[in-house]
Amino acid sequence: MTDETRGGGWIIALSFLAAFLLGGVPLVGGLERFRPDWVAMVLIYWSMALPHRIGVGAGWLVGLLMDVGRGGLLGQHALAFAVVAYLTCQTYRRIRVAPPWHQAFSVLVFLLVEQVLVFWISGVIGYPPRDWWYLAPALGGMACWPLLFVVLRDVHRHFEIG
Amino acid sequence: MVALKPSRRIQYLFTVNPAAILQLGFWVALSVATMTLDHRYRLLSGLRDVLATAAYPAQYLARLPAEAKGWLNENLAGRGALLEENARLREKQLFLSVQLQKLTALEAENRRLRSLLESAVNKPERVLIAEMLAVDFDLYRHRILLNRGRQHGVYVGQPVLDTSGVAGQIVQAEPFTSMAIFITDVNHGLPIEINRTGVRTLALGTGNFQELKLPHIPNNGDVKVGDTLVTSGLGGRFPRGYPVGAVTGVEFDPGSPFASITARPFARLDRIREVMLLESEVPDIEGTTAAAPAGARPR
Repeated sequence: MTDETRGGGWIIALSFLAAFLLGGVPLVGGLERFRPDWVAMVLIYWSMALPHRIGVGAGWLVGLLMDVGRGGLLGQHALAFAVVAYLTCQTYRRIRVAPPWHQAFSVLVFLLVEQVLVFWISGVIGYPPRDWWYLAPALGGMACWPLLFVVLRDVHRHFEIG
Repeated sequence: MVALKPSRRIQYLFTVNPAAILQLGFWVALSVATMTLDHRYRLLSGLRDVLATAAYPAQYLARLPAEAKGWLNENLAGRGALLEENARLREKQLFLSVQLQKLTALEAENRRLRSLLESAVNKPERVLIAEMLAVDFDLYRHRILLNRGRQHGVYVGQPVLDTSGVAGQIVQAEPFTSMAIFITDVNHGLPIEINRTGVRTLALGTGNFQELKLPHIPNNGDVKVGDTLVTSGLGGRFPRGYPVGAVTGVEFDPGSPFASITARPFARLDRIREVMLLESEVPDIEGTTAAAPAGARPR
């Protein structure tokens, strides 16, 4: 573990962009409700792998861009992502050593925290969730985590991002 | 891999960095500040413009797969299918042009009569076609992002129509994109009248694309299943007389003062791809066109 920062900034940015685009792909019928929040998951990966680079501030910025791109309340995802990045940065030493399917449970908790925060804020501005389905994307995220982890780890290794 | 390098300082598994909490506090406070400014005072439109312009390429990219599919469909369709479609469209065109002839005569007559009465003449409206860039990924908010913005003359409060009825209105206009809210969004209310009786009321969104509710009609109101709802023109946002939907359910509950009435919008909001933005000059109570938040409570 070093505190050095070594290149790859554009790769990280590109992975966030890809995650954002992936969020716009239409899904079949019932799967739509389980659509994982890809951007949050990519954020979790990077702040777990490179906590000295992708921290609370970076999470906040990504969230803010997400709010603009998706046309939400400015700062809603920023707050949720900052908290997710904080949680990851505080616990990465414990999570990183586990196998991906094991990590998925921690990711589930982070994604649940994110969903609850986002929906609290939606509730405050007059869009309370109507049922418990709003937590479903976190389950979808948990199911997809091992795959995402493997892909991003390979990208991470290939470009030797430090 | 990086992890193999020797560490410069010892790291413990369960340490909590107190500086990190302060940092988190700072960013959380900043988000609360931006949300408050954005929601309550709408002070951040400049910042939003800058960021929205920066985000436009990403939004455009997100639409590419759908565009490619449409392009492939058009280009790979068989000759037979194209001929068939051509014939169908020709027939429809003929039918519509006959109807239009009748309509032009009627419109002219209507205008003449109105000018005789010295009442406000309905000005002809201009229409801007916009394509959908993205839907709100939040399943509970019925909003879509359109590929036309202030540069194209889009303004906040502009009515949005589908080919079959009223779809919603613009709530946010950025330089190159704009955000529309559907009439089925839970925070949208649309001033309507029932075409058969002329009863005026509000149609509120339910969060379901197929349903509107009309909660303010008394139990002895004259409403039947199948009644057509049209915009009433009150509130100064939507011009009068555009079709909105049809009543699908009327239930009179003796215990409550109001009937519970549901309607289905004509616009097919869940499968919309292109919409029309109506450029209308509705005589507004406040004097300016579409400046007053009278028709709806956006967000």
